[in-house]
Amino acid sequence: MNQTTGEPIAGRLASLTEPTATELAALRRQLADIADTTGILDVAYTVVDSPVGPLLLAGTERGLVRIAYRREGFDAVLQALADRLSPRILRSPGRLDAAARQLEEYFAGRRTGFDLALDFSLSSGFRRLVQQHLPDIGYGHTETYRDVAAVVGNPRAVRAVGSACATNPLPVVVPCHRVVRSDGTPGGYAGGPAAKVALLALESAA
Amino acid sequence: MDTKPPFETVVDQHGSTVLRVCRAVLGPGPDADDAWSEVFLAALRSYPELPAATNMQAWLVTVAHRKAIDIIRSRQRRATPIEAVPDTESTIGLPDRVDEQEIWQAVAALPDRQRMAVAYHYLGGLPYAGVAEELGGSTDAARRAAADGIKKLRTTVTRGGAASKGAPR
Repeated sequence: MNQTTGEPIAGRLASLTEPTATELAALRRQLADIADTTGILDVAYTVVDSPVGPLLLAGTERGLVRIAYRREGFDAVLQALADRLSPRILRSPGRLDAAARQLEEYFAGRRTGFDLALDFSLSSGFRRLVQQHLPDIGYGHTETYRDVAAVVGNPRAVRAVGSACATNPLPVVVPCHRVVRSDGTPGGYAGGPAAKVALLALESAA
Repeated sequence: MDTKPPFETVVDQHGSTVLRVCRAVLGPGPDADDAWSEVFLAALRSYPELPAATNMQAWLVTVAHRKAIDIIRSRQRRATPIEAVPDTESTIGLPDRVDEQEIWQAVAALPDRQRMAVAYHYLGGLPYAGVAEELGGSTDAARRAAADGIKKLRTTVTRGGAASKGAPR
């Protein structure tokens, strides 16, 4: 809040010093760049378009830490990152360039695997174990929740595999969409059932 | 839990206010941009340790004040004149360019204390007690400095309206 109401000259001064959107955007870009190179940008993020809607990509210095669908609420996702990792968060697309490019290639059908550093610090224990196994399910293939439970050495933990998939912090890149129900139906998905079907269709078409 | 919004939100909410304050104190040039960057870098650095209840705008304005002091001191060491008038075409888009320049000149001509008091209170929203804390002296003195500054600016603008019809100085 400024105090310019009731003082015309102060109002005049406020509009005189008002930055344009372009000026402010340039300063913000520069801030993010310096913060990144000086090592005080704990989480960088950007939003990219995709055939399954806009995706938020977030990365730490260790790697890609979060991919989120819009239906998860980008503001809520960023707040959760602030609470769980660090509030030092800025929009800074540079750190996510490789991820953005590989996702674009994937959605264009030109890429079947991702070569990205991943930061699994948002998950732990059994869930992390499951999520780290998921990239072993090849492009265009699926496994059932039961299969995955068996592979990670806990055949009875079918429900836990379900929740590991549901809490996957890196959908698409960590392909939880390749885990389906035993009856062949897709099952739940953070991006919504339609997004899961779309990804499976993309991969079976290639 | 000590929950804080992502720093991006802080820049969203206070980015333009801080730039206005820096411009009013330092003139609308690269020094103001540098001060802005330093304020937000310092803020980002300390952000995790700041109490969640911190009034971010007031806190940022006080950091801006300290950066401005540094810049003004280094200007004095370099003994370069204060660059008050923008060299480039203004992008603000007000119709009366002469008036704009005159206000910038009038702002630059104010004594530091008055210019800072006006900037921190009227543009930065800092209460006079907060202004006094930054500038030293009493709350009343801060209020007077801002009032004196405003009065001078008002006089200039009133004169400026008439003067702008003649040749600019």
